[in-house]
Amino acid sequence: MTEVSLSAAVAPEPPVPLVEMRDVSIAFGGIKAVDGVSIDLHAGEVVGLLGHNGAGKSTLIKILSGAYAADHGEIRVNGEPVHIASPRDAKRCGIETIYQTLALADNVDAAANIFLGREKLTAWGTLDDHAMEAEARAVMGRLNPHFRRFKEPVKALSGGQRQSVAIARAIHFDARVLIMDEPTAALGPAETRQVGELVKQLKQEGIGIFLISHDIHDVFDLADRIHVMKNGKLVGTAKVSDVTQDEVLGMIILGKCPPGATPGPGAMA
Amino acid sequence: MAEPSALSSPPPRTEAPGDVPATTPAGQPSVDRSGIGDALRALELDTRLVGMIGALAVIWIGFDVLTGGAFLTPRNLWNLSVQAASVGVMATGMVLVIVTRNIDLSVGSILGFTGMVVGVLQARLLPELWGFDHPLTWAAAVAAGIAVGGMVGALQGAIVAYLGVSSFIVTLGGLLVWRGAAWWVTTGQTVAPMDGLFKRLGGGFEGAIGAGPSWLVGVAAIVLAVAALLLTRRRRAGFGFPVRPLWAEAVVILLVAAAIVGSVLVVNAYPLPLPVVRRMVEARGLSTDGPLPLIAHGFAIPVLIALAVGVAVTFLASRTRFGRYVFAIGGNPEAAELSGINTRRVLVMVFGLMGALCGLSACIATARLNAATNANGTLDELYVIAAAIIGGTSLAGGVGTIHGAMLGALVMQSLQSGMVLLGVDAPMQNIVVGVVLVAAVYIDTLYRKGVK
Repeated sequence: MTEVSLSAAVAPEPPVPLVEMRDVSIAFGGIKAVDGVSIDLHAGEVVGLLGHNGAGKSTLIKILSGAYAADHGEIRVNGEPVHIASPRDAKRCGIETIYQTLALADNVDAAANIFLGREKLTAWGTLDDHAMEAEARAVMGRLNPHFRRFKEPVKALSGGQRQSVAIARAIHFDARVLIMDEPTAALGPAETRQVGELVKQLKQEGIGIFLISHDIHDVFDLADRIHVMKNGKLVGTAKVSDVTQDEVLGMIILGKCPPGATPGPGAMA
Repeated sequence: MAEPSALSSPPPRTEAPGDVPATTPAGQPSVDRSGIGDALRALELDTRLVGMIGALAVIWIGFDVLTGGAFLTPRNLWNLSVQAASVGVMATGMVLVIVTRNIDLSVGSILGFTGMVVGVLQARLLPELWGFDHPLTWAAAVAAGIAVGGMVGALQGAIVAYLGVSSFIVTLGGLLVWRGAAWWVTTGQTVAPMDGLFKRLGGGFEGAIGAGPSWLVGVAAIVLAVAALLLTRRRRAGFGFPVRPLWAEAVVILLVAAAIVGSVLVVNAYPLPLPVVRRMVEARGLSTDGPLPLIAHGFAIPVLIALAVGVAVTFLASRTRFGRYVFAIGGNPEAAELSGINTRRVLVMVFGLMGALCGLSACIATARLNAATNANGTLDELYVIAAAIIGGTSLAGGVGTIHGAMLGALVMQSLQSGMVLLGVDAPMQNIVVGVVLVAAVYIDTLYRKGVK
């Protein structure tokens, strides 16, 4: 929290956000899942995205990760407008996603999952499995030092190990923006703490993180700011230091924007 | 997949120094260092492959006993392998199709259709262009067969991938469409005979390469296999990964070499029939009065084609991006999509490859028959799918091996051939093959549960 206020003190002009989504909308069969939402994220910042199931937070984030194409709106990375039409485009912009489902191919091993879609090739154009395994061992060693099961399909791994593989895939390619969709939903307390440590560490490295969660405690522990969504609209934005957990619950449930927050279009009048 | 190594007991074989864990990670069973089990693990043999070879051995020995030694003869094994070649080629492609959670029911009909195209091209169209027995006729026919088959397959794949019609329906339609198309090529007429060089693709005594070249092929195969094993070992050691102990590496090399040498000995122990030898001797202007020389068949060309296809598709499946994507799509289509893989394009390529392999099989089958008929390949889809499934390909997708499917084709052909030798009539053969298919899948289900 102190870093944010410090950087604000040093640079009175707010720096260009790492990622900015402006006035983004998407509809499925006439239902506006996301309706005119604008959010932003700075380098080294953790921003929580809160809302009920069906509030539109996962849909919004899938637009950023390239899984859905927005009907309307603009995405800027470092102030530059970018066109994200596929997961590949998002990755090219340095945006990596850890999906709630983990999105692992269960039948192949950890290295194959980490490099899926970005395989290392030999000079002959064939898969360089050994080089990939070596790098997989390095990145997994950082996340989960006891992990040894590099030769097994990931379906044989425990929930925490699978989570490590999904995280390894996201951070191995110099991500600048990391989207974590319910990263701790399937984890035990120890593993949840481990993910928390990792979030702090990545933040130190200057990576911007979107944290999607409906666990408000998690978000208050880790996030610097929050965006709250309801019925596809942005209720408001606040620094976690400026609002209480009860006020945020009011934003989530009622759409009521407390004085410490900047109201959005979805705020209750 | 290698089993988790025995971690509780010191020291776990030849792990690299940095790789020896201090404690047993949770979830890994601690295994006793019992002699045989440990030795088998060190060999890193694929247990299901060993199981399949065991099943094949049981079938072969069983038939040999029942037929009073008529099954395990060079002649029968040679014919068996030739008969399995066409289904074996298609089974390699079917593995990839099924791994992506799809199915291709049209392979027999594509074979029939491309077979007619190949037949008409070489027996009617090309002779008009450049006369009979032109040295390029066979190559043009094969290229056309592969190209037409590939286009048919890619068309079906595009309908599956881009229009979202299930592959079961698309290829069920294809089964009718391409069988009908096969009839339309000549309005039902059989085309014969085939080009002289083309006929060699089907086997027979003209389609065998002889004893000397068979040894050359065998030696080359051993050299390549050993080089591949040792290169992999060196790369793994270079990265500090665990490698097999040297003795285990030597055993694997010996097993591979023994299998290759054994098959060369078998095909070289099957002599050409005497009238053929007599004609060959006469053709060289020599006297046929004395005792005729024994001339061996050697490897049959269709079998070599099938083996080459097996190696090539294995390479494709395990060493290329395309293969990696095929398996990833089968494991989790959504994850593959989110990883930025163009899954639709991969599907079109998979079905295109399947069609191209049908085209190649059509050449083998047409050459073997020495005629193109519109009924060629009827029911092949069932044998091809059965071969892939018996070979361990999971209909749920994501799992399958090429060598398993080729062994599956051999198992199917062995059953049929053995029953023919025993004088079992055709309806009973079908019953047995059907029962074996169901039983094999059931055993496989048990095996998979056991592995987990």
